[in-house]
Amino acid sequence: MKATCWHGVRDVRVEQVPDPGILNPGDAIVRITSTAICGSDLHLYNGVVPGMMQGDILGHEFMGEIVEIGSSVKRLKVGDRVVVPFPIACGQCFFCEQKLFSVCENSNPNAWLAEKMWGHTTAGIFGYSHLTGGYAGGQAEYARVPFADVGPLVVPRELPDDKVLFLSDVLPTGYMAAEACDIVPGAVVAVWGCGPVGQFAIQSAYLLGAERVIAIDHYPDRLDMARTVSHAETLNFDEVDIVDALRDMTGGRGPDACIDAVGMEAHGAGIGYVYDRVKQAMRLESDRPTALRQALLSCRNAGVVSVPGVYGGFSDKIPFGAVMNRALTIRTGQCHVQRYMQPLLERVVNGELDPACIITHHLDLDEAPQGYAMFKHKQDRCIKVVLRPGH
Amino acid sequence: METSSDTSRRQARPGSWQYPGAAPGVDDDQAAADGGELARLTGPPRAAREARLGIALGWLSIGLGLAGLMAPRFMARAAGMPDWPHVMRVVGMRELVSGVGLLNRPHDQLWRWSRVMGDAMDLGIVGVAAIHPYANRRRLASTALALASVGALDLRAGNPPRITPSHGALTGPQGGQRVQHAVSIHRPAGECYRFWRDLARLPEFMQHLESVTVIDERRSHWCASGPAGRKIEWDADITDDQPGQLLRWRSVPGADVDNAGSVRFIPANGGRATVLQVQMSYHPPAGRAGAAVARLFGEEPLIQVRDDLRRFKQLIETGEIPTTRGQPAGARSLVSTLFGKGADQ
Ligand SMILES: [Zn+2]
Ligand SMILES: [Zn+2]
Repeated sequence: MKATCWHGVRDVRVEQVPDPGILNPGDAIVRITSTAICGSDLHLYNGVVPGMMQGDILGHEFMGEIVEIGSSVKRLKVGDRVVVPFPIACGQCFFCEQKLFSVCENSNPNAWLAEKMWGHTTAGIFGYSHLTGGYAGGQAEYARVPFADVGPLVVPRELPDDKVLFLSDVLPTGYMAAEACDIVPGAVVAVWGCGPVGQFAIQSAYLLGAERVIAIDHYPDRLDMARTVSHAETLNFDEVDIVDALRDMTGGRGPDACIDAVGMEAHGAGIGYVYDRVKQAMRLESDRPTALRQALLSCRNAGVVSVPGVYGGFSDKIPFGAVMNRALTIRTGQCHVQRYMQPLLERVVNGELDPACIITHHLDLDEAPQGYAMFKHKQDRCIKVVLRPGH
Repeated sequence: METSSDTSRRQARPGSWQYPGAAPGVDDDQAAADGGELARLTGPPRAAREARLGIALGWLSIGLGLAGLMAPRFMARAAGMPDWPHVMRVVGMRELVSGVGLLNRPHDQLWRWSRVMGDAMDLGIVGVAAIHPYANRRRLASTALALASVGALDLRAGNPPRITPSHGALTGPQGGQRVQHAVSIHRPAGECYRFWRDLARLPEFMQHLESVTVIDERRSHWCASGPAGRKIEWDADITDDQPGQLLRWRSVPGADVDNAGSVRFIPANGGRATVLQVQMSYHPPAGRAGAAVARLFGEEPLIQVRDDLRRFKQLIETGEIPTTRGQPAGARSLVSTLFGKGADQ
């Protein structure tokens, strides 16, 4: 089959690789009909996530048709059309039982490596480095899906791929971020980052009763989309001081909740004397690490700061004094996608959400390298690229 | 207590179990009952120093690696090199991989030698840089000096005086090893006990075991595969069997490897879960058989026990052991396999 493989910094290639097969009784094989490139794939593309190996198959947002199932699979059958959640969860452990699927204890075959980095392991993730299991990803013609009875959601035929594909990651991720904000009617929510997760966080915040949502970014097309599609007020951080502007817009108190949908691309420092130098150099390259700091400083007293953005290792100069003294609550985590798929599918079916609104490009699987480059450089107003194998 | 011929799985890192007094015994009185002299530990302070050296070098690698990856130009300038960001990134990736490797296996010679080879490569790059028109020769000289001293340290780390835990297990009558580890399992204690009591199933999650044959209520015959196809066998007796609570065993006198241990099944989470506490001690004899046994039991019994227990947990909770072995991947170059990371072209 053809698959999108990582070969180094800004080097992905579509290659011919062997077809995947059933390795465990709970596995299923999916023939992929649509698969997306995610903002977090760019961290891999840029080479800042440790634990990638040349030849790793990328992709964690995919859907398709079941073509083969393992001997213990009961819920799914060949021919089912499914969306696959990006965290791989066993469904049986202490955490899965509490629907905390992204921190499943059993699905990461490289648990020892994750324990070294983070203290304890997380769930395995498709196509997302050997730290999260080294599972082959879904930017390919076929993928092997472990614990198939736990994750994949069967979706009705009449809904097109574009409407349901993002149930695999960005829609639930944006929704969970908004849900974490304890929104009450009349609430004001600020959202840093107007990429796909940011857009869905804005839309979800309104769904959950927010009165105003203020969106922050500096790419004009993304701010446009936040205004026209997601109906947020917008701030461009190239033009205004965000903390001041938010204070002014909220009568001096600050937003009731703040969502950091940016994350920090550069991460993982924290070692002795090299640390500060690295941080300095990082700041020269990118101002992205400032999103979380701004969110913490902007949030009203006793408010919630919700962090769906990806952080990898250690973060510096986090104003923890503000968190403690002003009684802030921080909520974060990789999305427990399995928990949100069915309820969000219902919201898609009844028209409350239209996930297809974020798609700017459809490409053939062979064009994945161009897709990555375009997404990386935000060329051609690129916000979300969907790849279609076999088109 | 397991090993595999696959060297990539051989892990070595320090743990409190290596050092006497570092970890309060979970079951000290019982250990004495289990094995008496078996439970006696020799904790070579040298091994501790070796581990610290490995860990220090590991962190050094990670620091340099991150700096090289994230600030290649800054690093190139600091080292007096010409503006070669790609070179610095490659160096950075190599360092990062060495670092992660070392932190996970601070005793592992292979990872230490990866640093020595890296030093040689760096000195080569510095040599090439020295004839480059945009190089800062004064800084290059200090860089070369720093590299030489770190290189000396790496060489020393790559050739430790002698002691590794496996050697420790080989030397003298006090070379016994004791391991203890606990794991939380989201199944009732009775179920965990029954799974474990079915001794014939132990090889499903204990990687080094080939088979366990139950002879009678008390006695069983154990068979493990050692290096180079060498088989190691012994008989063991269950010395204490408290259903749903405790299993205790010890090898029958005359075994290749004198060993004893216990598994406790402690109810947790209102009886819905179990804390499994495993304790083992073993004492390989001297001589050739002893050497084989020591290798069989591996250099880092704690890690092997921990991995076995993780597999037990996965198996009893989910019915399978997660794996990616046999899945497809694109072309992996030798460089990528060596450094675990592709190079910036
Ligand atoms: Zn994603
Ligand atoms: Zn689980």
